[in-house]
Amino acid sequence: MSQTKITVRDFDFYYGSAKVLHGITLDVPENQVTALIGPSGCGKSTFVRSINRMNDIIPEAHGEGTILIDGKNVYGRETDVVSLRRRVGMVFQKSNPFPKSIFDNVAYGLRINGRKTKRDIEQIVEKSLTRAALWDEVKDRLNGSAFALSGGQQQRLCIARALAVDPEILLMDEPASALDPIATTKIEELIYELKSNYTIVIVTHNMQQAARVSDQTAFFMLGKLVEVSDTKTIFMNPKEKMTEDYVTGRFG
Amino acid sequence: MTSLQRRIVSRTAEVFCGFAVLIALLPLAAILFYVIREGIGALNLAFFTQMPKPVGEAGGGMGNAIAGTLILIGLAALFAVPVGVVCGIHLAEYPGSKFTSIVRFAADVLNGVPSIVVGIFAYGIAVLPVKRFSAIAGGVALAILMLPIVIRTTEELLRLVPSGLREGALALGASRSRAIFTVILPAALPGILTGILVALARIAGETAPLLFTSFNNRFWSTNLAQPIASLTVQVFTYAISPYEDWHRQAWAGAFLLVMMILTLSMIARFAVRRLERMNRP
Repeated sequence: MSQTKITVRDFDFYYGSAKVLHGITLDVPENQVTALIGPSGCGKSTFVRSINRMNDIIPEAHGEGTILIDGKNVYGRETDVVSLRRRVGMVFQKSNPFPKSIFDNVAYGLRINGRKTKRDIEQIVEKSLTRAALWDEVKDRLNGSAFALSGGQQQRLCIARALAVDPEILLMDEPASALDPIATTKIEELIYELKSNYTIVIVTHNMQQAARVSDQTAFFMLGKLVEVSDTKTIFMNPKEKMTEDYVTGRFG
Repeated sequence: MTSLQRRIVSRTAEVFCGFAVLIALLPLAAILFYVIREGIGALNLAFFTQMPKPVGEAGGGMGNAIAGTLILIGLAALFAVPVGVVCGIHLAEYPGSKFTSIVRFAADVLNGVPSIVVGIFAYGIAVLPVKRFSAIAGGVALAILMLPIVIRTTEELLRLVPSGLREGALALGASRSRAIFTVILPAALPGILTGILVALARIAGETAPLLFTSFNNRFWSTNLAQPIASLTVQVFTYAISPYEDWHRQAWAGAFLLVMMILTLSMIARFAVRRLERMNRP
């Protein structure tokens, strides 16, 4: 077992007075893929968005408990949200390219992160697009609008954009749920490639996907973490009855 | 209900809707018709290039008033756009702050204030202290009228920007203001520009607040500290005069004003379409 990258202890989350996460305790190992599965509304998205503090922008929402990245408290007073988010990249369910050119989309994170020469930016953009398996498809139209890309390409562009700032962790909130099977396969292959360099947490509704891409799987239900184990165990030999019912498709 | 009954009801409603549309369009068509019929004949080169002639002398034009109107709406935009856009950003992007509801309420109230009242206010703050009518005072009055429109358009259009863009920028480590200025504002820009042009078109036709701020000027003037002519005030002055020649010029002025506003609206639509094409394939 590799080193723990993200340590979560007794983490609760509230929207106003509604408690949506109950005492989540979980270790995310470094350079592995952790899948979060569970029925809609079980809190997996809220949880993954707590890791890079995306929920901060929702008024009246707050978390309690501990989330540590490399032993440092994400919600600590000395933690700078902006630099946290540079270390923890995120890919959203709905691909969200900026209304800019393909090149500018990938370069965005580099430019806001400050001083880099034009050459550096060009190199990193190429590298990131290559890593996201998109370079060959877009290399001739880098200055074209990102909206001209297909849905699957847009999502890979968003992955390239996240990779460009060189994060350590990549959070993916149902990255393939709006894509057709071929585009989904590409994203999954990509995840498999990426995990040697990144710690990946992926939320998915698709259990086959979790089984295919992840090393560890966590099953959420009604805001509680029911069971977490290596993926094989969760699918073949779960301890909890609820997990077994869910992964075998008896409900949810 | 049988199918025949349903058809009758449907047809009746259709006729009624068509009728309502006709009634709504009638005044617009009539105004355009009259203004064009009366105005186009009085329009000539002298109208654009010459200054008003003294009473009794025929001819002359509104060259100074045309320039004056352009200067006045330019000043108004200069004052109102930066303040309005920043207020709009505040309303849309920082909804939690206590200030927000005050600003929104103020903008709504301001929107309902009669333009003559705004004129009196501008008179009080920009004319009385220096004891002189001026283009600046006129610009201030028009800017106050323009401000609420710019604020609310900016706010509404920023709200229309998908939240995914905002989250995408924040997730890459953009600070909030960075996200606003590099992603959200550019995405909303075509719409905001239209809003500004529409607001300009609205204030270009204002007369009342100019009567005692920028006043009028029979001569060519681009001095911002001096009274300045404007098409609207000039049309007003000429229209209530007893001279036949001035009446004709007033029609020409009205025609030009309508054309200016129409052009502004058309530029607005055209610009939006171009900018949107750049944003979307």
